[in-house]
Order: sequence, then C-alpha cells, then structure tokens
Amino acid sequence: MKATVYVTLKNGIADPQGLAVRNALDSMGFDGVKRVRIGKIIEIELEDGCLDETKVEEMCRSLLANTVMEDFTFEMSGEKR
Amino acid sequence: MVFPGSNCDLDAYHAVIEAGEEASYVWHMEKSLEGFDAVILPGGFSYGDYLRCGAIARFSPIMASVREMAESGRPVLGICNGFQILTEAGLLPGVLLRNRDLKFICKNVFLRVESTASPFTKALESRSVLKIPVAHGDGNYFVDGETLWSLEENGQVIFRYCSADGEVAPQFNPNGSVSNIAGVSNARGNVLGMMPHPERVCEEITGGTDGLLLFKSMISFLKGGMAGELVNS
Repeated sequence: MKATVYVTLKNGIADPQGLAVRNALDSMGFDGVKRVRIGKIIEIELEDGCLDETKVEEMCRSLLANTVMEDFTFEMSGEKR
Repeated sequence: MVFPGSNCDLDAYHAVIEAGEEASYVWHMEKSLEGFDAVILPGGFSYGDYLRCGAIARFSPIMASVREMAESGRPVLGICNGFQILTEAGLLPGVLLRNRDLKFICKNVFLRVESTASPFTKALESRSVLKIPVAHGDGNYFVDGETLWSLEENGQVIFRYCSADGEVAPQFNPNGSVSNIAGVSNARGNVLGMMPHPERVCEEITGGTDGLLLFKSMISFLKGGMAGELVNS
C-alpha cells in the first residue's frame, strides 16, 4: 500500500521560488506562463493494513505539512481522496 | 540545546559565559532540563533542514522539557534555526518562509527594540538600535493579518529591521518579513525567537558587543533585576 502526499503553499503565501521559475520560463521564450507555484510530493510506502487514511492525515498535520503556510492532499493506493 | 546540525551552539555557550553566567550543552536526545533557569535553541541546520527548517528537530526528545520550561515562564531563546524550531513546535506564532530574494543573506543589520516586555530586552532601552548580523536563507517571517494584529496589540513584536538611526522602512527589510519583524515573543513574553544572531556580537574581537546586552538582560531578569538597568551601563 502506498500513500502519495501533495504539499502545496496556501494561496496568499508568497512563493519566491515559483516566481523565479516563472521568470526563467518567460526568459526562455515560453510565453503565457501566468504563475508557477512549487510544492512537494511525498511518497510513503505502508505495510498493508497497518495505517488507514485517518493516520495518514495525522502524519500530514503533525509533520509533513505546516498548516500555517501549506495545504495538503493525499491519495491512498492511487485512489484520490 | 544541541541538535544534529546545530552550528551556533558554541557561540551561544560563550555568549552566556561572556555575560557572566554558567552554561552547559544539552544534547537533543536528553529528556530533562532540571536545574536550568533558561534555554537557548541555537542557529544552524538541524536535521539538514530536511522537509522544512526545524520541522524534525521539534520532535526531539528534549523538546517536551523545552515546552515545560516555556510554560513555566522561564526564558527560552530561539536564534535563527532555533526560531524556526520554536515556530514549528507551536511555541511561537507564524512561520519562516524562504527569503524574498531567494538569497542566503549574511550581513550586519540594525534592529530596533520594539518592546522591553521580554526577559531578553527588559534591561534595554525601548526604541534603542542594535547592530547584529543575520545569516539565513529562510528568515522571511510570515503571519496572517489577524495574527499580526494580535501580535502588535499584545506587544509581542520585540525587534524590527531598521536603519542605523532606527527608521523602520521596507528598504531596511533584508528578507521580506511581514512588518519588518526580526523577533517575536509568545503572549507571556518569556519565549523569544529572532533571526539575527546576538551570540555573534558579544566580544569586540567579533565586531561588536550589542548582542551581549540580550544575554545580560536575560541574566538580570533571572536575578530579579530592574527594568532598563543596562541602559546607562
């Protein structure tokens, strides 16, 4: 079993890295890039039957994301939550 | 406190000695802070800044005792990475984001003392200006508007980035921190987090002694000293 966690910056939180990448794409000639936001994907392999969605959510809240500045979503075994 | 990846622990130790008190190193795997009057979480790169700065260190075994110390009202100072650990632990509000200009900034800055309600500024003069270096890549302090309002209202903003003569303006803000904030305390005032490094300016040979005032103030607080007593010394 696998959990895939997506951590993204909350709306309204400045992302200077995303801005730098946007500007780089722009200077490379990729017109029309409005905004770039950089986040993280965390892949967690789980032993079957040990951890359910509630536990994965707890992992996200307590460690994987800082909910002051980040949002998270996750999928279990490829199923979008 | 010493976490794996701390690199300002020796400086912090010597700052306390220089200020005239005893100090000991405590490894993060320890569980007790019994016998200590105050704790300093030093700068560095605990756990290599993996995941987020301070995110893993805050689960170190010693952190339960740091929390107890904070709740008991004794002085807790987080410098740079120590500040990041305290925000991750929820002992201070807000977060430290990547610097506005993405660069690691290492230079002297000026700080204005905004509040003398913390043990670390109690003996200083309100609105005085200190010259202290910063050295960080993730020091862009952020809180939402509502929290910022309550910090201002409660006098929890302790230091702001300013000019040499104490003017607070955007051009003196090195990293994009909201409202030029360089240091904040908890509501009670005993827990302080700051991005600049006072421990690096405690002897003339390292470029100044303004940082020593914070450690002297903390010691004065612990000994029941008078507010403002370092002003004319």
